Amino acid sequence: MRSPEIATDPATPPGARSVVRLQGDWTLRALANRLRSFREQLAGRRDDVAWSLNGISRLDSFGAALMWHAWGKRWPESIEIPDDLRAVIGRVAASAESPLPGVPRFNVVDAVIVLGSMLLSFRDHALDFTRLLGQLCLDLAYLLRHPAEWPLREISANVYKAGFKAMPVAALVGFLIGVVMSYLSALQLRAFGADIFIVNILGLGIIRELGPVLVSVLVAGRSGSAMTAQLGVMRVTEEIDALSAMGISRTIRLVLPKVIALTLAMPLLVLWTSSVALLGGMLSAWLQLDLGMAFFIERLPQVVPLANVVIGFAKGAVFGLMIALVACHFGLRVSPNTESLSANTTASVVSSITVVILIDAVFAIATRSIGVPR
Amino acid sequence: MNARPVIELRGIVTRFGASVVHDGLDLSVQRGEVVALVGGSGSGKTTLLRHIIGLTRPAAGEVSVFGAPLFSGSVREQRTRRRRFGVLFQHGALFSAMNVAENIGFPLRELRLATEAEIANLVALKLAMVELAPSTALLMPAELSGGMVKRVALARALALEPELLLLDEPTAGLDPDRSMAFVELVLSLQRQLGLTVVLVTHDVDTLAALATKIAILSDRRIVSCVSLEETMELDHPFVESFFRKPFGLRAGVRSGGAR
Repeated sequence: MRSPEIATDPATPPGARSVVRLQGDWTLRALANRLRSFREQLAGRRDDVAWSLNGISRLDSFGAALMWHAWGKRWPESIEIPDDLRAVIGRVAASAESPLPGVPRFNVVDAVIVLGSMLLSFRDHALDFTRLLGQLCLDLAYLLRHPAEWPLREISANVYKAGFKAMPVAALVGFLIGVVMSYLSALQLRAFGADIFIVNILGLGIIRELGPVLVSVLVAGRSGSAMTAQLGVMRVTEEIDALSAMGISRTIRLVLPKVIALTLAMPLLVLWTSSVALLGGMLSAWLQLDLGMAFFIERLPQVVPLANVVIGFAKGAVFGLMIALVACHFGLRVSPNTESLSANTTASVVSSITVVILIDAVFAIATRSIGVPR
Repeated sequence: MNARPVIELRGIVTRFGASVVHDGLDLSVQRGEVVALVGGSGSGKTTLLRHIIGLTRPAAGEVSVFGAPLFSGSVREQRTRRRRFGVLFQHGALFSAMNVAENIGFPLRELRLATEAEIANLVALKLAMVELAPSTALLMPAELSGGMVKRVALARALALEPELLLLDEPTAGLDPDRSMAFVELVLSLQRQLGLTVVLVTHDVDTLAALATKIAILSDRRIVSCVSLEETMELDHPFVESFFRKPFGLRAGVRSGGAR
């Protein structure tokens, strides 16, 4: 590899053009170190000097592009160049003549189009989701008639993955939230001398509201995203098509077990998390307010009607159902590229958490007269 | 420097768990050669290619590229060495988040040497080199056909003006017409740019059209590395099954069709 050089001969008769000779390898690798100074030396004196390119041993398209752009995309008036190098620069020049189409600017019409396509895609989502729900109902009806075909192994595997394996993290989060809630409420309650009401606050708040929502957010992030990603990758690798080709229903085999498993596992997870959260709250109340644990446990069923536990259970089941449905819906929409996979996984988690909170609001209104002592 | 081989593999040993894939394998590729690596399925052709790229390291032996061991020198030197070869992966490995023009311009942009105008110019040039219309520049990889993906990937491999081009199954998944067109494209670029090419292939037509030398990987070694004519003379079970049978079959089909 010969390093590239720019040599300037002084003008022999004064007033004539001085000769600038380019030598050595004008390749990307050779030029890399001294690019800026070369660009400066080439630019600005295109027609002032006579160029001689006879000394160039190698020229690649990068070197050619460098010269062409430094010369302002025109041949210098005086240039001495071998034919093969002229051809290399000529190719670069030709492609500079026909530039690539640029990305068009974003204007008002595009904004309208984006808005319209967002509405249409929302409609698409709604239709797809309804179709998936309908297909699952048909599958359930089919399975009721053919009980031997229940995908029991898949259901049990999903209960283990989405339910049992989520227990430690759910317990940790629940415990800490219980401690924090109890600690904060204790500070306020003590000011009013209403220490004893901490049992009501924790009991109602955690069992009825916080437990189910907390677990849903955790499960949506943990299992919902995993379900979307799994189905998405199976789509990318054509595994889902392979299943269909074998005459195996993808909804019975892949979607239904996830939906059933999460619907079954979520109430149990809610129960587990609520209990651990109450334990945390109880410990904190004992340390902070000197409220005995035995008293706490004794008082809990008196101030929190059993209806609240049932509501918590029901919420858990419905949230689980929705998380799994949303996750599978987005998983089946993945098209075979990485961008779509990540976009759908994100959309799945965000949508399922949003849906859970929406349904929670509906629950709050529908059950406003049940289980709240007045 | 010119006399030294572009690629030199010496005593390569590769193990996957208990199975030995390469055992004391030697291979050298001279400047300007087009070497086709052939061998049965699972004989470790792609693994050997990955050794040359530096994606995997052999258990023993040395991979030298451009006269120096692949992993010698500072990080900067290693990076510079790597930029001297372009790789065409089997499935193209285009970045699916970027459009065609961004894919081709990506290595140049990462280098931070060229100006935007130069990059746009070079991308247009590479697109023209691989015989794609300028209008493809704005397409996303997901919108391309298999043949176009290979061409764009080739254009990206050529972005950094490599001296050595490594092709993994360049014609797999293309129909015979397109694979012939692609082979001709690679051949004309090889002549035009003076590239050294190493390719892994299963396709007899591809290697007959492209390769100046054929390296046969069998029994964990390179058993021969000579031209196609000399390879056909060899007395080796792999040559028998790989070259003669398909040719025989095809000849049979052709004569059957003529009748």
